[in-house]
Amino acid sequence: MSEATIENKGIALSDSKLGVINSDLALIQSKKGVRRLNRQIRTENTFRKMLLLMGLIMILLVIGILFTLLLESIPSLKALGLKYLWGKTWDPVQDIYGAYPFLLGTLLTSFLALIISIPFSIAIAVFLGEYYPKGWIPDFLKNTVELIAAVPSVIYGFWGLAVLVPMVRSLETTLHVDPYGVGIFTSSLILAVMIIPYAASLGRSVIQMVPSSLKEGAYALGATRWEVIRSVIIPYTKSGLFAGILLSLGRALGETMAVTMVIGNTSIIPKSIFAPGNTMASVIANEFTEADKPVYLSALIELGLVLFLVTVVINMIGKRVIRRFTNE
Amino acid sequence: MKIRFHNLKSTLTLGVFFAILTISACGDGGNGTTGSSGDDNTLIGAGSSFDNPLFSKMFSEYNKANGLRVNYQSIGSGAGISQLTNKTVDFGASDAPMNSKQDSAASAAILHIPVTAGAVALSYNLPEVKDTLRLTPTVLAGIFLGKISRWDDPQIASINKGIKLPSTGIVVAHRSDGSGTTNIFSTYLSKVSEDWNAKVGKGSSVNWPVGLGGKGTEGVAGLVKQTPGAIGYIELAYAIQNNMAYAKIQNKSGSFIAPSIASVTAAANVNIPQDSKISLTNTDASDGYPISGFSWVLIYKEQKYNNRRSDRAAKLLKLISWMIHDGQQFSGPLTYAPLSTAAATVGDAILKTATYDGKPILP
Repeated sequence: MSEATIENKGIALSDSKLGVINSDLALIQSKKGVRRLNRQIRTENTFRKMLLLMGLIMILLVIGILFTLLLESIPSLKALGLKYLWGKTWDPVQDIYGAYPFLLGTLLTSFLALIISIPFSIAIAVFLGEYYPKGWIPDFLKNTVELIAAVPSVIYGFWGLAVLVPMVRSLETTLHVDPYGVGIFTSSLILAVMIIPYAASLGRSVIQMVPSSLKEGAYALGATRWEVIRSVIIPYTKSGLFAGILLSLGRALGETMAVTMVIGNTSIIPKSIFAPGNTMASVIANEFTEADKPVYLSALIELGLVLFLVTVVINMIGKRVIRRFTNE
Repeated sequence: MKIRFHNLKSTLTLGVFFAILTISACGDGGNGTTGSSGDDNTLIGAGSSFDNPLFSKMFSEYNKANGLRVNYQSIGSGAGISQLTNKTVDFGASDAPMNSKQDSAASAAILHIPVTAGAVALSYNLPEVKDTLRLTPTVLAGIFLGKISRWDDPQIASINKGIKLPSTGIVVAHRSDGSGTTNIFSTYLSKVSEDWNAKVGKGSSVNWPVGLGGKGTEGVAGLVKQTPGAIGYIELAYAIQNNMAYAKIQNKSGSFIAPSIASVTAAANVNIPQDSKISLTNTDASDGYPISGFSWVLIYKEQKYNNRRSDRAAKLLKLISWMIHDGQQFSGPLTYAPLSTAAATVGDAILKTATYDGKPILP
């Protein structure tokens, strides 16, 4: 009974797609074809396994870093406890360590830099994404912006010391604040320049991805270019733009070399944005090689742990915000 | 498909290759002991960056004469000490003697051999002042504690009669990275000012009550050069080579001494203890500059460790002995202070105590 059905089906199939089945059969039956198929399957499997492996390695790496930071921070955690986070003194001589001035410095410089950089990066993204997507001038601008990201940070540090610091100093003289030149404000300016490309590049690509039907629809309804940007492009690309800004922030939080050269490196809590300060990354870079006591070294590593956690928290908040934008 | 498969294979091979490379590199880091490294004609040292220019010159001259290569890594005194503690180098070099915690971290006794001396100069940026500024220990401590904050403060004016001081604020510049220079300077301030000793203390990094931090000697020098009214402490050699103005400091005998090679050597011409661990700050020498310090080469007293051969230990001892005698001729041109006779004598005595398997190495 069953045999008959199969036969019937087979006949029915061969009626409709006789040619195709015949050629497939021929392929499978020939030894060469079988080998080819096996190889394809093998390749697919290996490739999939490799992707999985790479992904797993990344996860292991991050967990490993967190674990190492935690492990190495234990002496400092034991000696100082949670007071470490809001302690205001950093005194290696007496083994008293408080991360608060540096935590504040990191957050101040990064967010200030972000605020300064956003108008520039959004403007560049809109200009390159909407106004002039093609042509040699936009190409030139695009490459220049990307180059900003490629310049090593120590060069920004030198530029900051030689050019920006004297400029800020004369500004401070006119404002009648202590004319140090170096400080939170100067580092924020440097950071702002350094992080523009991240938000600008991502912003440009998401703006270019806005479906032209939407834009054309708006234009057909009589919208001006400004109105299209404001009510079509920006709402459509909100989450992408925000992701770019988040990327910029991440970069600003961890930047070390350029900041340490212009921030003034003092563990005194900054009283204004023109005052010198210090960031967590900069303290680690400065003091790590000569940390001559176990607790000191551990306190520096704990600073790294705090920086790591700050980055994670900010990223998590960012992800939530992006999700809310996307759901709307 | 075939080509892709081939690519995949080579990618995998490459990946495996790198993995092996990484693993073998890690392995090397783990057991990379000097004793087992086959080449006994290359000694490895690490530490003080202050010593680096002098050491480069010395080792290159020694190589010409004796064919021995020395690979010196200028990674900072503290890092040099931990490398020696981990027994990954033949010798360390430090601008500060090892502290009690570093001593207890080391598994065996470590010898300190003074190899050169340097000074910390107080450089300032006062374009209006043409004469050399004079500072007393009290005033210096006052400035770095933030108690004296203007250049025309009566305390500064009273010791600089005849110099018209501007009414600008004082901007203190200090090192932001841990360094031997900071250690010498803060040790000096702790000795001369009780207030400093109680509030700040001494160390490679301290909690500065005021001022801006610059990374490295050139960072502090940059801050001083750029900021009107700034004062900062930098290595004497750097100040001389860069034509920076530096102050005369009043020493223990009451005379104002400008830092120079001669005044640093003079400061070191005092009674040096048997272990040579002495701070040259504020010494009794009447013509000595008060903010000076030795730099030491550090080696294990017992040279037989990690399968080191006796030959290697002998070469190391011979090198250090050469450094504290014949090698001193290279100090002057590089603005390092040559060792005083007293220091070289103590260095010789210390080197004689080094042993290999319990037997002395040098005759």
